[in-house]
Amino acid sequence: MSVKHSLLALLERGPAYGYQLRAAFESATGNTWPLNIGQVYTTLNRLERDELVEALPENDSGQRPYRITETGRRHLAGWFASPVQAADRPRDELTIKLALAVTTPGVDVTDVIQRQRGATLRLLQEYTRLKSAEEHAELAWRLVLESMIFRAEAEIRWLDHTEAVVARAELPAPFPFAVGEPDPAEATPELDRSRTN
Amino acid sequence: MTVLHLKGVSRTHGTGENLVHALVDADLTIEAGELVAIMGPSGSGKSTLLNLAGGLDAPTSGEVLVEGTVLASLNKKRLAALRRRSVGYVFQDYNLVPSLTAAENAALPLELDGLSAGKARKLALAALEEVGLDAKQADRFPDEISGGQAQRVAIARALIGERRLVLADEPTGALDSHTGEEVLKLLRRRCDAGAAGLLVTHDARHAGWADRVVFLRDGKIVDSSAPLAGADSLLEGAGS
Repeated sequence: MSVKHSLLALLERGPAYGYQLRAAFESATGNTWPLNIGQVYTTLNRLERDELVEALPENDSGQRPYRITETGRRHLAGWFASPVQAADRPRDELTIKLALAVTTPGVDVTDVIQRQRGATLRLLQEYTRLKSAEEHAELAWRLVLESMIFRAEAEIRWLDHTEAVVARAELPAPFPFAVGEPDPAEATPELDRSRTN
Repeated sequence: MTVLHLKGVSRTHGTGENLVHALVDADLTIEAGELVAIMGPSGSGKSTLLNLAGGLDAPTSGEVLVEGTVLASLNKKRLAALRRRSVGYVFQDYNLVPSLTAAENAALPLELDGLSAGKARKLALAALEEVGLDAKQADRFPDEISGGQAQRVAIARALIGERRLVLADEPTGALDSHTGEEVLKLLRRRCDAGAAGLLVTHDARHAGWADRVVFLRDGKIVDSSAPLAGADSLLEGAGS
């Protein structure tokens, strides 16, 4: 998640200081990704250094608001205009776990899938409950919540699919790593030695 | 109050080499106010479980209790009466009688049970109102209303009178996602108002409305989630 772009987007509404930015961010995302205030100020400092925002004079209560600059605006427009790349997203631990589960001796893949499905379904139940409890929630928060619902749903569908594929597939015995066979990097000195002999 | 109780229920079909274990030693209780979803791949025993719960099929072993009555202890006539008075069904294709209006469809179980037409209609109109259908819509025929409205009529019929157990088999299968969600919300509300619901679905999104989700595989309950705690505890964990 890009704190930098989030802060720029919030500052596009008008000048604000750190605590206001944090509160606005959390209200837009339903406290899903808590931001600590230190993170907000470090990011603002970096944005100021890069001339994407500028600090305004302190107000009477000693707060220092920031304002987005023209460069900042262009930068923000560029962010909205470009799709999020797959590489920008963190690696999916579940995918890796299941890929390893099918090749790790003694692991019951079906059981791993079932545990995950149970947990994800539970999350889905909780999201659904949140959603029905907040029928008149802010639009931004509703979008975030629905995104989490769709993700959970997609994950469960993928798990169902994976379970069916695994059940159909004859699981091959994983290739054990070669033992005692020297790998090419170690083989070279051997050859050298045989030549000197 | 426990509305549905399955005690070690098994159902087999065929004998010898053709023996199929449709359901194996299933234990399940549903309390008033609870909505329980049944999930599992096709052929895992979901519909068998639902049919046993509603007395449409009898277990090979084990007991099914509806509001405390063991179904196997009843003769045919009494079983039919219990089904009329205690159990309602909601199917994917609504199963409304096409020659009867929405109100007449909803009133049908009561009239079959000997209630006067006038009283039955009054209760039917109240039941339809609870699912969001007004008096004008109540006098329309099934082919004059939308699929979502038809499913509302089916839910009203399922829960009319004193009936407290609603068995729903893929109730949103024929509806678009928005209407389907409205139907699920309605089922949820009826359960919050004191009904007990058993929902068979293959759709995780719909199971999300349930208090508990039971997974079936090869006729066995492989997993069953504990009832949810309040939603307040959720956000603490969601950021990770």
